[in-house]
Amino acid sequence: MAESPPLRPVGPRRPIRRLIAWVDERFPLTETVEAHATKYHAPKNFNFWYYFGVLATVVLGMQLLTGVWLTMSYVPSAEEAFASVEYIMRDVEYGHIIRYLHSTGASAFFVVVYLHMFRGLAYGSYRKPRELVWLIGMAIFLTLMAEGFFGYLLPWGNMSYWGAQVIVSLVGAVPFVGADLMEWVRGDYLMSGITLNRFFALHVVALPLALVGLVFVHIVALHRVGSNNPDGVEIKDNKDEHGVPVDGIPFHPYYTVHDFQATVGFLFVFCAVVFFAPEMFGYFLEKPNFEQADPLKTPDLIAPVWYYTPFYSMLRATTFPLFGLEARFWGLVVMVAAILMPAVLPWLDRSPVKSIRYKGLASKVMLAAFVASVFVLGYLGTVHTTPLTTALAQVFTAIYFAYFLLMPWYTRVEKTKKPPERLT
Amino acid sequence: MNVAVRAMPGRGRLALAILAGMAAAVPALAATDVRLDPFDPDLTDKPSLQRGMALFANYCLGCHSLKFQRYERTADDLGIPHDVALRNLIFTGQAIGGLMETSMPAEGAKNWFGVPPPDLTMVDRVRGTAWVYNMLKGFYVDEKRPFGVNNRVFENIAMPHVLIGLQGVPEVECRGKKAANILADRSRILEKDPAARRVREDNCSWTRVVPGTGAYSAAEFDQAAKDIANFLHYVGDPGRLERRRIGYWVLGFLAGLFVLATLLNREYWKDVH
Amino acid sequence: MSDDEDAAEVREDGVGRRYLLIASTSAVTAVGAMGAAVPFVKSWLPSAKARAAGAPERVDIARLRAGELLKPMPTWRGQPVFVVGRTAVDIEALARAKDGLADPASDNEAKQPAYAQNPYRSRKPEIGVFLGLCTHLGCSPKEKNEEQMRELDTGWEGGGFYCPCHGSRFDLAGRVVKGVPAPDNLQVPPHSYLSDTEIIIGVDEETA
Ligand code: HEC
Ligand code: HEM
Repeated sequence: MAESPPLRPVGPRRPIRRLIAWVDERFPLTETVEAHATKYHAPKNFNFWYYFGVLATVVLGMQLLTGVWLTMSYVPSAEEAFASVEYIMRDVEYGHIIRYLHSTGASAFFVVVYLHMFRGLAYGSYRKPRELVWLIGMAIFLTLMAEGFFGYLLPWGNMSYWGAQVIVSLVGAVPFVGADLMEWVRGDYLMSGITLNRFFALHVVALPLALVGLVFVHIVALHRVGSNNPDGVEIKDNKDEHGVPVDGIPFHPYYTVHDFQATVGFLFVFCAVVFFAPEMFGYFLEKPNFEQADPLKTPDLIAPVWYYTPFYSMLRATTFPLFGLEARFWGLVVMVAAILMPAVLPWLDRSPVKSIRYKGLASKVMLAAFVASVFVLGYLGTVHTTPLTTALAQVFTAIYFAYFLLMPWYTRVEKTKKPPERLT
Repeated sequence: MNVAVRAMPGRGRLALAILAGMAAAVPALAATDVRLDPFDPDLTDKPSLQRGMALFANYCLGCHSLKFQRYERTADDLGIPHDVALRNLIFTGQAIGGLMETSMPAEGAKNWFGVPPPDLTMVDRVRGTAWVYNMLKGFYVDEKRPFGVNNRVFENIAMPHVLIGLQGVPEVECRGKKAANILADRSRILEKDPAARRVREDNCSWTRVVPGTGAYSAAEFDQAAKDIANFLHYVGDPGRLERRRIGYWVLGFLAGLFVLATLLNREYWKDVH
Repeated sequence: MSDDEDAAEVREDGVGRRYLLIASTSAVTAVGAMGAAVPFVKSWLPSAKARAAGAPERVDIARLRAGELLKPMPTWRGQPVFVVGRTAVDIEALARAKDGLADPASDNEAKQPAYAQNPYRSRKPEIGVFLGLCTHLGCSPKEKNEEQMRELDTGWEGGGFYCPCHGSRFDLAGRVVKGVPAPDNLQVPPHSYLSDTEIIIGVDEETA
């Protein structure tokens, strides 16, 4: 069927065409649509892993919508925040659904973003010419982590309170200025309504704006260089006489229908959680957070939400002072380094090929070890520490960093396969 | 008004005296590895929820508020007519739309018990679903405690056994010895060997009461504890049933749309493959 | 239908299966979008808290005297309620038909309950109960005595209400005069008498 003539699309009717022409004279509408959709060519071999960028955009939209609606009934004060969340849960019509869409959305955001980032690792999407796409992605990731952190304080539950207390205390580990910095962040001598108010402003206005802006430039940068693909072969290296990549297909309609299908599938899973298990067994909503913040009573176990636990584990695993600086400070350093590490990947990977499909055994083993370390550290971050778990966390922290730090070496020495000329 | 509150002031003063001295020593909550009998809440069991609400209004609301939950919503969800609720369940003179507040002043409560009785709107979500049920059934006679009872799952609880008139006096014995003696000082046992405590608990007759002291049979009391726990499970997140109802429609709809989206996708990708 | 036949048909006219699928997917998605909008739209309705605050209000009217407006002013759903005590003269004046009124008969079920469809627009001739908000744009009219009303409207009989925002005038039965911006008579809230000295606003039935 491949040789059959392409379908003649049924164009818009005449009055609409004239309207479009009117707009085009004043705004690059058709031009934009063509450049980014109907004449934007994407590799034809996208697989499962290529859904998550779109899904992240969908979740971002959902978070903005439900977030604006929550803001309509939420009260950002230490006295009323907790009660206002219960007011939303009980008194506002459909408030419970809107709130759970938002709380589940936060976790969903990290699920899709982590999978999206994993795709980048596997197929070498961070490599030339996509370094900027990757770096903007990292900025999105950091902003998202901050957004989640600030948002988690808002319900003013006991875990909100103590979780934020612990994380804010981290800045206290900065040498010399730590204590002052902590007071500056909180605006008070303890976590208080003052802190809540500034976190609220950041969560509902500043960071969402930043996220939207960053996602926009992320996509602009991506469309300048074009998408990578599971083979890691540049489709732009192989163009036909019209300058169209031979292995590319127009984003619209082929990937719009593709992504639409994925979005519906994603929404099915997402709604199953929202409607039937919004607490996700304590992983999405933690039990102590159903109790109002109590500055005199720390929960038995302080565990951040699952998406921070890998980094939290590394923080806790750093138990020894060094160079005369306390362990707490090095914990902070390790955690920040772990979060920022992926940003330097474009300059660590020396392999002649991009995709894991054609890399050697060492890369495959290291990637697997890296993923395992994230899972193990993630789990360890949710339980009490014992000498055993601390030792385990230390080992896996080492593995986490080894994936990055040894990369210049193992990607160069391993034997790679030759990628195909055309996409498979 | 309810039995518990009427019985309070005399004992309350005693409690004040004793608790003042030991408040600091009372652990917030005993160890987490207490054995909990399974409890499956059933939100569709309206009669159970109604009984639970009636028991709660009569025996608990005097001390514990449900301050985020409204009578009207509760009555509607549980199928209780408003006039019945106003007549039989609202003792504070509030309107039907009011929040389920307690009439007890917080300050007085703190003095009587050492701890103000906590709001229970979300106790089910904080502690887990089986917890309230087990706590209500976990009281046992212990003369050393201010209210004469201790609790298996909530050690040194500062709450009297308000359902004692229904359950009867829980003279729990463990291999012929009084539970209070054998379970005493369990934090020390626990520290050394958590399993030891469980073994001890397993040897106790938790359902034993002094014959003729309770209005309910063992089975009836078990049901009452279940009803209250079921009710508190409902109150913890009253939207569950509505979400479940809507959820099936949403998932059904998305499944249908997914089929269409799949067909559409396949139709277009015929061009590519 | 085999795949080939299908494809041939599509190629022929450019429509067919593909467009059918687009249309049906779009239609179903649109339905889904409308469904998804429901919680967001409905969440703007008065919440249980607002409804509880807007519950029926009991008002003690023992202190109401003929020729006066009940003070402090009672509220229902947070809005001012005029409870007017009328003198025999007022009652007699209201009963006389007036041509200056926009809607003297007051027989529109949507604008006042059936028990207010009389010249007094009230359950009892000597007491009137109105929502104290102008039917034009929602300002609260001022109470005026006969003298003050005459300054605004020379032929005026008895006391009345004057809306400071756009000058609408109402008589003691809350009836609006012709030629002012307010389109309707003052609204009569559902209310009933619990006893001679107590009314409840927000409930129509005597049994409340
Ligand atoms: C006489 C007052 C009083 C009455 C009546 C009463 N309680 Fe309590 N309750 C308390 C006090 C005081 C505490 C705090 C105990 C502590 O922290 O040691 C408490 C604690 C509790 C807790 C534990 C809360 C937590 O933090 O986990 C539960 C559950 C509970 N009560 C349920 C009930 C139920 C169900 C009833 C009705 C059958 C009831 N109570 C009746 C005084 C009362
Ligand atoms: C708000 C969160 C994010 C959104 C909405 C988002 C959105 C997108 C979209 C729509 C695409 C194109 C579709 C795709 O390739 O899957 C994309 C591609 C990409 N994103 Fe993101 N992204 C987000 C976060 C991140 C993060 C945290 C990173 C990495 C640190 C990242 C790195 C990349 C890269 C490298 C590509 C190109 C992938 C390739 O061509 O193989 N993104 N993003």
